[in-house]
Amino acid sequence: MDDERLAHLRAVADLPDLTGTRYRLIRRLGSGGMATVYLVEDTALRREAALKVLSDPDPSGDLAARLVEEARLLAGLEHPNLAPVHDVGTLPDGRVFYVMKYVRGARLDEWIATGPDRPALLRLFIKVCDAVSFAHAHGVVHRDLKPQNIMVGEFGEALVLDWGVTKVLGRLDPPAVGMPVGRRPGTADGSIVGTPAWMAPEQARGDLAAIDSRTDVYALGAILYFLLGRRPPFPPGTGEESLRKVLESDPASLRSIDPSIPRQLQAIAAKAMAKHSADRYPAVGDLSADVLRFLDGLAVEAYPESIFERAGRLFARTRTLAALIAAYTLMRLLILWLTGR
Amino acid sequence: MPGGGDRFPTTHFSVVRGASSDRPEERARSLEAIVAAYWRPVYKLVRLRFGRPPEDAEDLTQAFFTRALEKDFFAGFDPVKGRFRTYLRTCVDRFVANEDKAATRLKRGGGATTETCDFASAEAEIAVAGAAARDRSPEELFDAEWVRSLFALAVESLRAACASAGKEQHFELFRRYDLEDAGEGKVTYDDLAREFGTTPSLVTNHLAWTRREFRRILLDTLRQVTSSDEEFRLEARLLLGTAPADPSSHG
Repeated sequence: MDDERLAHLRAVADLPDLTGTRYRLIRRLGSGGMATVYLVEDTALRREAALKVLSDPDPSGDLAARLVEEARLLAGLEHPNLAPVHDVGTLPDGRVFYVMKYVRGARLDEWIATGPDRPALLRLFIKVCDAVSFAHAHGVVHRDLKPQNIMVGEFGEALVLDWGVTKVLGRLDPPAVGMPVGRRPGTADGSIVGTPAWMAPEQARGDLAAIDSRTDVYALGAILYFLLGRRPPFPPGTGEESLRKVLESDPASLRSIDPSIPRQLQAIAAKAMAKHSADRYPAVGDLSADVLRFLDGLAVEAYPESIFERAGRLFARTRTLAALIAAYTLMRLLILWLTGR
Repeated sequence: MPGGGDRFPTTHFSVVRGASSDRPEERARSLEAIVAAYWRPVYKLVRLRFGRPPEDAEDLTQAFFTRALEKDFFAGFDPVKGRFRTYLRTCVDRFVANEDKAATRLKRGGGATTETCDFASAEAEIAVAGAAARDRSPEELFDAEWVRSLFALAVESLRAACASAGKEQHFELFRRYDLEDAGEGKVTYDDLAREFGTTPSLVTNHLAWTRREFRRILLDTLRQVTSSDEEFRLEARLLLGTAPADPSSHG
């Protein structure tokens, strides 16, 4: 069997069987964790949609239950920065699927290459924070926030995707089936979910009981780091080495990567990414509020500024007013000097 | 590859566990299934990684599986420590290294593998793949050949399943559209409908059924050469090409 035939058979074996459904397959968009996402046409509504279907085999039925739970959870989270779910069901081949809005645009890591300026990056980051904060208010922790799971739409809208490894606070954690990256004895369930370069230390330890909304605060800090430094805080990888770096190392300081990054933003990212969750922002809203304060030229909570920095910031913030006052004063002095001569 | 269709039982029996059974007949039957799935990757590894000429590679491949049955190689596999595929590759590496040290000339043997292994076809594949196959790392080469082996076995099993269910036309449609044309678009459903004297909608339905069966058989085959649900799930990602290395762009 040659490579071309094998590649075709692989695609055939993974293709969802859409016969008898209202969906027509267009193309594969990507795979991650237990599922594959396809671009389909909803022939009833004559619009494109994204169909997520279980691709992992599921002898126990646990994965199917999890995907249905993900769909229902997302359907309950109606927010402009979360993709709405339109349908959920089982295909003729027995696989569970759900259909959601297809977002035209680019992944955050691709979008950043288009060269948006820093204020645009920060405004987008705040939108991401809004979506995550909304989910937290409904008791849902994402646990796998990373640039690859954030889409930036054609009109600058941000959508947080892939809620497949979420944790619903106050509920027993289901088996970690989404994206296991390692196994460690002595952890809550012996497995670790998430992506090491973006995961909080408590996730890297596999300490499921310690995972709460501040776990997402850490990942958002890592995303802020990426937006500012144009590289992830830790090199991508899935092995023990990557997990050890998350647990034991600090990422390179942002200003060592790019000295033009303001100290306040560096401090915000560092506070969000504190190794101990108690040292982080207590909630995502506090993190985004600090970023918003920076955008408004106000003092940020994460950075205790010196008196000179404060004066400089106040001057920068009131630069126009100060210039007008200075011009007015100069003019009055000139008039006084001319009339007194 | 002959006989793939009846080599794998239809139950979810794990031949990996069976390979270390106390019952000799179960061990032999399991080893036969393991040979069916692994002889090709082992042969190509010996040929391309160890640079052995075809005749030596044939001898080493057969000797490896014969020795595995005699010495109970696979009893040492611990599913907690890793995947069976990785374990078997390590066994091959060690076996070939030991043969080198002993500097023994292996005798061409009959054994369980002679009828199973179509070395000429494997050699033809190496010739076609050429430098591309040689440039792969040993791990990539072994994994790619393992995937190829399982797909080839699944096609044979599908052929047998269709024949026993009286659905030869279903398999023929699959063969024409998915094996011969392989998605190149030279053959359409309309062409097939004319060729088989049926309607395009029946071609659609028959192909959908056959593809569903193909996926089921492929995953059944995989399940038998894995030892746990977790290994099964992770290996399925490699087999189907859905590993997370290619992160989702949506969803």
